[in-house]
Amino acid sequence: MTTTVPTSSAQPAPVPRRAGLGRVGLYVLLVVAALFFLLPVYLLIATALKTPDAINLATTWQWPRALNWASFTEAWGKVGGNVGNSLFLAVVSTILAALLGSLNGYALAKWKFRGANTLFALMLFGMFIPYQAVLIPLFQFVKALGLYGSIWGLILAHVVYGLPITTLIFRNYYAEVPDALVEAATIDGAGFWSIYRQVILPLSVPAFVVVIIWEFTQVWNEFLFAATLTNTSSQPVTYALSQLAGGQAVSWNLPMAGAILAALPTLLVYILLGRYFVRGLLAGSVKG
Amino acid sequence: MYVFIGRTMYVSLTDWGNDPAQALALNPVIRWVGLANYQDLFTGFLQGRFRQELVNTIFFTLFFILGCLGLGLGLALILDRNPRGEGLWRTIFLFPMSLSFIVTGTIWRWMLQPQGGLNQFPTVLGLPAGSFGWLSSTDSIWKFDWNKLPLLTASVVALVLVWLAVRAVRAGDRTRAVVAGLCAALLLGWALLVAPNLKLLPAPEAHGFNLALIGIIVAAVWQMSGYTMALYLAGLRGIPEELREAARVDGASDFGMYRHVIFPLLAPITLSAMIILGHISLKIFDLVYAMAGPDNTYTSVPALNMYLTSFRQNQFALGAAIGTILLILVAFVIVPYLSSSFRSEEGHA
Repeated sequence: MTTTVPTSSAQPAPVPRRAGLGRVGLYVLLVVAALFFLLPVYLLIATALKTPDAINLATTWQWPRALNWASFTEAWGKVGGNVGNSLFLAVVSTILAALLGSLNGYALAKWKFRGANTLFALMLFGMFIPYQAVLIPLFQFVKALGLYGSIWGLILAHVVYGLPITTLIFRNYYAEVPDALVEAATIDGAGFWSIYRQVILPLSVPAFVVVIIWEFTQVWNEFLFAATLTNTSSQPVTYALSQLAGGQAVSWNLPMAGAILAALPTLLVYILLGRYFVRGLLAGSVKG
Repeated sequence: MYVFIGRTMYVSLTDWGNDPAQALALNPVIRWVGLANYQDLFTGFLQGRFRQELVNTIFFTLFFILGCLGLGLGLALILDRNPRGEGLWRTIFLFPMSLSFIVTGTIWRWMLQPQGGLNQFPTVLGLPAGSFGWLSSTDSIWKFDWNKLPLLTASVVALVLVWLAVRAVRAGDRTRAVVAGLCAALLLGWALLVAPNLKLLPAPEAHGFNLALIGIIVAAVWQMSGYTMALYLAGLRGIPEELREAARVDGASDFGMYRHVIFPLLAPITLSAMIILGHISLKIFDLVYAMAGPDNTYTSVPALNMYLTSFRQNQFALGAAIGTILLILVAFVIVPYLSSSFRSEEGHA
């Protein structure tokens, strides 16, 4: 779909550049930009590794003299349970949203029923609806189901809200699958479900990878639903982190260590599977 | 989901939660109050905070989009020149995307401490420390009186219409030019004759661009500009090399080529990036919550207010009204975009 291959190594300089000077300027710019992106990370790690009394506004930028790994143990003690919550939440909602999204996408792409396009347009708009516009009824609904404060209420919210984007990605992916394949299977007497199981599902692995990565990051990073629909025992890590960092007289090594813990899973996903991550990003915006 | 939206709109037209005892009752008696909640938000004495938040959102959106587009385009143009280790650079510029706004907020809150972080950074290079109150500043610039809002809005819309009319004239579209011109004239007339006599509030109330927002904008740009970079880079790579070759053969300078060949081709990407970023920034909430805390009225945004109003003060109806306003704002941005891209897809298929 997009160019994600490094073309640079293959062909050293495809366009002859005028000279070294412009080239040097290019790298200077790159380094400056990289500094802008990396300085906060340096500060994050440096602060997380300091002892509380070594944190001093005047020496903010110095690397700690003695590394204090205890920040992480302490932070883990405070948000560890929430990391577990987040993991459970993200995994379950991602799997559900991906499966349902794939079914939806299949139905929308391959079975042109009446009103399919209208439904699709409504779903597309659903992707952009601000959470705030559904929050109060959602809250009541979850409460009425008796799921308030339980992690399942949150999962429900995320699955419903994640469906539009997963459906969109799957629909665009299935649109590339030749109709002849489905027609052939229909002639062989296969129905809606058996075509899905035997023809569509085996083809959709790449789309699943994109969707799962995207959904996982989204759910892991979400905050508003987490803040409204849960209680202390089921809060995911984003909310716990905001509580950890919220106090005024807090020593900063803790929230920094907590932030690292909260960021690691998605960061790992990004670094290991970055190519698919970018693909998800692009699929979420410019399509077709 | 659309049932929920309908329900939110209905709730926003009632008085649910305006009286605390009723809000917490099991079977509250809810009365229909029409548009009173909206009226309260825009003109009520106690809701000045909401009005400042609307202004904040507008400035935030403006600078956030400009920042992301500018930085993203710059980075993409650099990477398009195939520097060494391109993959590494791309990873560096893009990784903040994978973080949660809460994590970003926590980091940047520490970066922007008044006596530390970024203000201390110059001392590393041996310069005196900065003293800008990133998140704590209470100054604002570009103040205007809320009572002038109808006048300002009407003028801006009218100017846009005039611009449309001029474009239509140039394109030779008569009817369109006349309609746009007429609407502009009507609006301008209304703005000049009627609007000055409208009084939304009994007393003048100044709102402006709060400087404390700058810090939040910087953090948001830090997080999201990698995204625009990825979009632009994909777009740049999609431009066939022959096109650049042809421009060069025609004697275009580097600058001229970008100006006349490449930027016009990137325009659709700019548009969709603006839409996506715009809707993110209208909804932004967690970043502000994590950076400035829920009670800093100088940096607050409607999305945050909605959460506080509904779930801390239990004023559900008022919260629903803010939610609906947000929905309308987002719809303004999204619906034209979706319908146009939907139509082009239909034509494509």
